[in-house]
Amino acid sequence: MKEKSLWKKITGSREVSLVIVLIVLLAAVQTLSPSFLTATNIAQIFRNNALTMLMALGMLCVMLTGGIDISITSTLAFSGMTIGLLQKYDILHNTFLLFLIGAVIGLICGSINGMIVAKGKVAPIICTMGFMYIWRGMAYVISNNAWASGQDVAGFSDFGKDGAIGPYIILIIAYIIFFVVMKWTKFGRQIYAVGSNKEAAAISGINVKKTITSVYAIMGMLAGLAGVLSVSIYASAQPNMQYGKEMDVIAACVIGGVSMSGGRGTVVGTFLGALIIAIIAKALPLVGISSIAQNFVKGVIILAVVVLNVITQRTMDKQNLSRREI
Amino acid sequence: MKKRVISIVLSAVMAAALLAGCASTGSSAPAAESAPAEEAAPAEEAAPSEEAAAPEAGAATYALITKSAGNPYNEKEAEGFQEVIDAMGGTCIIQHPEAATADAQIAVIQSLISQGVSSIAIAANDANALSAALQEAADAGIKICTLDSDVVADSRATFCNQAGVQEVGQALIDAVYDLTGGEGQYAILSATSQATNQNAWIDSMKAISEGDAKYAGLELVEVAYGDDEPQKSTDQTQALLQKYPDLKVICAPTTVGIAAAAKVLQDQGSSVVLTGLGLPSEMAEYIGADDAHSCPYMFLWNPIDLGRLAAYTSIALVNGDITGAVGDSFTAGDMGDYTLTGLADGSGSEIILGPPFQFNPENIDEWKSVY
Repeated sequence: MKEKSLWKKITGSREVSLVIVLIVLLAAVQTLSPSFLTATNIAQIFRNNALTMLMALGMLCVMLTGGIDISITSTLAFSGMTIGLLQKYDILHNTFLLFLIGAVIGLICGSINGMIVAKGKVAPIICTMGFMYIWRGMAYVISNNAWASGQDVAGFSDFGKDGAIGPYIILIIAYIIFFVVMKWTKFGRQIYAVGSNKEAAAISGINVKKTITSVYAIMGMLAGLAGVLSVSIYASAQPNMQYGKEMDVIAACVIGGVSMSGGRGTVVGTFLGALIIAIIAKALPLVGISSIAQNFVKGVIILAVVVLNVITQRTMDKQNLSRREI
Repeated sequence: MKKRVISIVLSAVMAAALLAGCASTGSSAPAAESAPAEEAAPAEEAAPSEEAAAPEAGAATYALITKSAGNPYNEKEAEGFQEVIDAMGGTCIIQHPEAATADAQIAVIQSLISQGVSSIAIAANDANALSAALQEAADAGIKICTLDSDVVADSRATFCNQAGVQEVGQALIDAVYDLTGGEGQYAILSATSQATNQNAWIDSMKAISEGDAKYAGLELVEVAYGDDEPQKSTDQTQALLQKYPDLKVICAPTTVGIAAAAKVLQDQGSSVVLTGLGLPSEMAEYIGADDAHSCPYMFLWNPIDLGRLAAYTSIALVNGDITGAVGDSFTAGDMGDYTLTGLADGSGSEIILGPPFQFNPENIDEWKSVY
């Protein structure tokens, strides 16, 4: 039993199978567009998808508790629009403070979500759907339907400019923190425990409501940060920014092997899932697939990877079971 | 019991959040209302002079209804309209409805009917909903034209169209011709693949370049779609640069796309230059003749000129110089002569303002604060 066959090793770990998917995907793209794997391109992949990658971490925590948050891009827009307007009306231009304000706005939005889900026992999709409209609506209201444009955020946008290291630093720090927290801290294990079995977690002394509130608060904070980052990267704030992109974040998690019913998923898997989504977004316009067919292809790839995930999971479960049989 | 208390508190929080949303809408509403109030003041001042003038010279009263208050674009339209009417010695009434809805405009139309104005120029918030109110106005002998957005053709005499498809296509292809130096590769970055306006403009560009040997040196390599989304537009622009190393010009006839592409080109210090249709306020950062800027010039319509054309059209209608029939022509002061052309579906006439307005390094500072 100790000497697993190579095949079993491969199918035995979701992360490994994701790495293989990634390699296959990259090989396919590289063949179709030989200049794909260049330093510039790789840097652009991370920069253009920094928002999805950042928010995927929060979505991982939320989904681990069996929840979902579809209000994230609305929170993003509300936070981004706020810091865009702060600059437009010359109230504040300090990059650090702007990030702080964005994060606090997100944290507040997320905490409200969390309290309603945890204490009000409202289904997460319903509660966050309500706030999806509310925060998006607030973004329109505070902006009065106008944009904060490139010249309003000049200076601040240098942080996320093409070639600047700002977005990468944020991503690296966020992923390191989450990797450590989810793997080695009490809080991380509580999240997994709540997601696997709420009753058991409660009995073993975990404050379930507090844990659930916290994950939505964290999600909100990351969405708030992503809003600030978005304004910096795209050098403009629009009330409709990133509209519909919450689905990319959820897709990144699902591809990364995060279970929709909770309790299962890792930071590494989420990273790989987000990277696959990012590569798809970058590669589709490059490999010569006609614009109008790109969404179709994207959907097919997502489904194919998820189906592969399910098969891997089944194989794993079977192996675990057969190990238990005497 | 505790649970119940908590859920009540939470419901209260949700309700409060909703109210907060409403409250800020509420607080913005008075701001919007204040604008018509300000506009109403000059109108009231003007009213007595009209009464004084009416018996003598029969000077007419010309009304303009914009889409809504609080939008600098509408203010500029009104500015142009007022300027012309004042210069002609007529009485000008400008009304900004408090909300950009047909309902708000209907209320304004009815009050103008009872004031007995000679003409109404309106930027319609709905193509159909205004019909009954406009019919009532026409029955009262008021001449009606539309500007910016049309209503169904039988509700008005004619339409002042700011963007003739042909004119936009011509301006864009000429810009591409100019910026490429007459030959080379160019790409188009559009909004969505179903966007009606963009598709019409792109088709017109294609038709013009195919039909004229002058443009034979231009090669359209791809029409990419950024879905009016910064992230996707950025991806598409980067892909265009990578796929076509010899690309000279990107033409983005959409406000989101052009801003995203401008940022990509400028950040990378790319030699590819950009043109298209964009908002001056969004593009000010990127417009410049030197290598440090990605967009030498771009286009959009000039709302002041649109307001002026609507004023001249109203005057011509009131004077009986035109009736709104296709083929009618009139002189719009220093803007030159205009002829009414038929709509594509043959249902009525329109007046096309002219080629779109060019925003370049010389005038962008003046326009960036406008809209």
